[in-house]
Amino acid sequence: MGDLQLPSIDYGALLPMLILFGAACVGILVEVFTPRRSRNVVQVTLAFGAIAAAFVAVIVQHNTRKITIGGAVAIDGPTVFLQGALLVLGAVSLMLIAERSIERGGPFVSQAAITVGSQKDLKQAGDQSGATEVYPLTIFALGGMLLFVAANDLLTMFVALEVFSLPLYLLCALARRRRLLSQEAALKYFLLGSYASAFFLFGVALLYGFAGGIKLSDVHEAVANPQRSQVLLYGGLALIAIGLLFKAALAPFHVWTPDVYQGAPTPITALMAACTKVAAFGALLRILYVAFDGVRWDFQPVLGTIAVLTMLVGAVLAITQTDMKRLLAYSSVANAGYLLVGVLALNEEGLSSTMFYLVAYGFSVLAAFGIVTLVRDADGEATHLARWAGLGRKSPLFAAAFTFILLAFAGIPLTSGFTSKFAVFGAAIEGGQTWLVVFGVITSMLLAFPYLRVVVLLWLSEPGESTPTVSIPGFMTSAALVIGVAATFALGVVPAPLIDLTRDAAQFVR
Amino acid sequence: MEQTVEYAPASGVLSGIWLLVAIPLVSAAILLLLGKRADKWGHWLGVLSVAATFVLGLVFFISLSGLEEGARSAQQSLWDFIAVGNLHVDFGLLFDPLAGVFVLLITGVGSLIHLYAVGYMEHDPGRRKFFGYFNLFVAAMLLLVLGNNYVMLYFGWEGVGLASYLLISFWTTRPSAATAGKKAFLMNRVGDAGLAIGIFLMFATLGTTQYDEVFGNVSALSSTTVLILGLLLLLGAAGKSGQFPLQAWLPDAMEGPTPVSALIHAATMVTAGVYLIARSNAIFTANTTLQTIVVCVGALTLLMGCIIGAAKDDIKRVLAWSTVSQIGYMFLGVGLGGGAYALAIIHLLAHGFFKANMFLGAGSVMHGMHDQVDIRRFGGLRKYMKWTWLTFAAGWLAIIGIPPLSGYFSKEPIIAAAFERGDWTAWLFGWAALLGAGLTAFYMTRLFVLTFHGPERYTEDNKHPHESPYIMTVPLMLLALGSIGAGWLLATTIPDWLTPVFGEHEEHHAVMPHAVINILGIVLTVLGAGLAWALFRKGTALEPRPAGVVVTAARKNLYTDSFNEAVFERPGIYLTRALVYLDNKGIDGLVNGIAAGVGGTSGRLRRLQTGFVRSYALSMLTGAVLVVGAFLAIQLGWLA
Repeated sequence: MGDLQLPSIDYGALLPMLILFGAACVGILVEVFTPRRSRNVVQVTLAFGAIAAAFVAVIVQHNTRKITIGGAVAIDGPTVFLQGALLVLGAVSLMLIAERSIERGGPFVSQAAITVGSQKDLKQAGDQSGATEVYPLTIFALGGMLLFVAANDLLTMFVALEVFSLPLYLLCALARRRRLLSQEAALKYFLLGSYASAFFLFGVALLYGFAGGIKLSDVHEAVANPQRSQVLLYGGLALIAIGLLFKAALAPFHVWTPDVYQGAPTPITALMAACTKVAAFGALLRILYVAFDGVRWDFQPVLGTIAVLTMLVGAVLAITQTDMKRLLAYSSVANAGYLLVGVLALNEEGLSSTMFYLVAYGFSVLAAFGIVTLVRDADGEATHLARWAGLGRKSPLFAAAFTFILLAFAGIPLTSGFTSKFAVFGAAIEGGQTWLVVFGVITSMLLAFPYLRVVVLLWLSEPGESTPTVSIPGFMTSAALVIGVAATFALGVVPAPLIDLTRDAAQFVR
Repeated sequence: MEQTVEYAPASGVLSGIWLLVAIPLVSAAILLLLGKRADKWGHWLGVLSVAATFVLGLVFFISLSGLEEGARSAQQSLWDFIAVGNLHVDFGLLFDPLAGVFVLLITGVGSLIHLYAVGYMEHDPGRRKFFGYFNLFVAAMLLLVLGNNYVMLYFGWEGVGLASYLLISFWTTRPSAATAGKKAFLMNRVGDAGLAIGIFLMFATLGTTQYDEVFGNVSALSSTTVLILGLLLLLGAAGKSGQFPLQAWLPDAMEGPTPVSALIHAATMVTAGVYLIARSNAIFTANTTLQTIVVCVGALTLLMGCIIGAAKDDIKRVLAWSTVSQIGYMFLGVGLGGGAYALAIIHLLAHGFFKANMFLGAGSVMHGMHDQVDIRRFGGLRKYMKWTWLTFAAGWLAIIGIPPLSGYFSKEPIIAAAFERGDWTAWLFGWAALLGAGLTAFYMTRLFVLTFHGPERYTEDNKHPHESPYIMTVPLMLLALGSIGAGWLLATTIPDWLTPVFGEHEEHHAVMPHAVINILGIVLTVLGAGLAWALFRKGTALEPRPAGVVVTAARKNLYTDSFNEAVFERPGIYLTRALVYLDNKGIDGLVNGIAAGVGGTSGRLRRLQTGFVRSYALSMLTGAVLVVGAFLAIQLGWLA
């Protein structure tokens, strides 16, 4: 065993992830050693501090292009960009998570283990402040996502997948209101997520059998000079893809999305819609571009079909939804389809436009869910569409912000929704995937309908007896809304700087 | 055919053209964001901003005409909008002769209609919001005609669609308004999808969407590509302009407030399709098949519009079908190509005046008659509404083409141009246009006589019609002056003015002498009008009577709605149902009436599945089997 060598580790390059994981561990200690009264302040400070520090560490690394710790992690343009994006979007989601003034005690339950409906539960629903464990859990999830987009071998990728998934399963169960729905969502997400992970892991095993290694570069070489049965290659590619398609919510692996988005506490839904998407597509991009670009002609039609199916399912089902969170869930499914169109361009533009789309969509969806947290009545959030009728008359400012975000989702020009769709479609045209663009354009036309229907509902319907009021947001939610709306506008009017940034970053190392 | 297109950079006064879009946009933002605080003065801000834009447009127009003929254009790049791969899109504007006349039409007629709306919407609690949307529309429409590339045009295109949708649905208390808004939206989306795909095709084949570069390089494309590109643009144009086969939404759009019908669904937005084709003349001229298709669409739509218009009893719907039909004439014009491009634009401008005139007149009638729209319930109104009657008469005589009113000068040349086509189709399209003129005279006279003459047939609650206030009649008078004089003025100046855009054109020989066509046109018009006057002089039955095949078909919009339902709606519903079957829960079937028609047909299905994890897992497993199967099939060479 004398020739065992420690791999060289570039701690600087890993610093963003190390900071987050470290801060999350510290956060758990804080739970133990800090008095209950000051816990929330300490945790919030710690979480934001960790994200800020990690962001600085990412900025410092912006020119690093290397593979480190024995080929397990690749720090390159896409990694740095996506990690930065994850941290910014994560910070904005954290603002929604940290909001404590809209509802007494915040959006999370104090003790999730108490039986729903029991005496103790009624007591805690009234006056106990929410669990502060959500902060370390969120930071763990973010750290896992950072690792996920950087993972350069299949096992690291799998570990990262679990690292960010497990905290999310937990977070989904922690809603203060409608706890049964929340727990049901968490359990569903957990069961189906484990199921998808099993596919992923089986795929890793097959690919190991095919390539004799688990690094993406091993797979790349084995694809170029296959030594073993191609069945292993295609089977492995298919199964790994399924694991990632599940996280990215692509049809037919999207089935969990509406239920989980609806049941989870809305700030967590926002986190999933913005950050999980970035992580899942980051990994998908890396796998397809780095490991499998040798068989692109083989997976393009299959994944293209999935993209078309996803866009159709998302757009058509969004039309029939009557619940705001489910509507946004289906819209998120459809957007995953557009993102896949960008991925399937399989060129540098595809990579850069997909990254642009992820950021643009992330900001918009955060703002959208942020507003959902504000529209409430005595029972918590009022998410049924009928309840939103005439909201424009009661709270014009928030209705206007929401309208703007909906117009962005509908792809109306001068919003980031238009520029990002335009960018991925343009890239797909360059990549010769015109058929995907045709479907993309048609479904985005369809998808505009449910959004504009909500706009009409907000502004032109008479407010009914049951139209809830919009709560006055605290500083945190206001900040998140302003950032989300401002980014949606800025990226719609002057997208060029961010597009340039994604362009400079659009090169994987192998 | 090599065509080079170059636009001069904007300089001097013309470097301010961005203000044309900015002013109404800012005003819209103020009106919509200030909320109730702006209720007192909001409508005047709305009027003022459009009037200011008109003055500014006039200044630009005059300074443009001061330039040399070859250099009459001003292009302004505001900022780099987006760059993906090789595609580069400017946020840029172009003010050239074609854009210039559109700017004057939109802001000129727009100002008058805004002014009128101050009176018309006086008692509506949503007046400020209405003006906000109205200004938003003007800004979007100006962006549409001022963009210097197809993406900017698409921006405006979407913007006007949005404003139109909001304004049609403005009175949501009426379920029919919500349905109409939905229909307009969906049909427009079909067209918009065509336009968007066309723009992407342009990018894929030419690598650019800038007008000058696209038009300069069209000759490099294969004729099939040009044909497909043109058809996609035509689909977009047909959707926006209510042309066959996407005509059904326009008459339903009349559910919106009347000033909206006048500005958006008669004078400006619906002519955007004509603008698109005229602007893209280099593409359409490059393929004769394409031109023939445009001509067919125009001729078919103009006849359809006339026939259906003659069977309708709702004053605004008759005018709407007449709009469909008149835009058919414009499509005929742009399809004929060459010198007829300018003729179509002339007709478009003249139509903007007389149609706005009549729509506002109809609004004035409704204003005095408690929103009654059934022409069978009017009659003899000339006694009560002198100004409305007089001004409506000007519009009526203009549209049917009685010399020397404007319709004569704008429609007659298009008919003549149709007879100039080189082959036997000259007879077909020429006679279609002539027949259309006769039918137009018939149904417009029917409308006019039933409304203003003959016996009074008012309902019980409508015994005392009254004239509208001056704030409504003064715009009517000004528009009536336009209906009377604009045609001659335009016909003598516009062709030369537009030469830089459409190029010089050579004279063709018509299959019949011009004088004969001219006389035939007038004879048919007089016959049509005389017949209608004779038939409806004494009023009409208050209930629909059983009628022949043609009239029954016309009452049912020539069965086009049934066709749409069978071909598009049914399959769509089944598709949705099939997909909903796969969706698990959340379809709670509470189709909510107050919520502006929330929920669709598919919403009726109630929880077909219950959200069990096992069914989710099953659907994932099925997907997984299919995906793995597909990959393995590829590997074994079964696919691809």
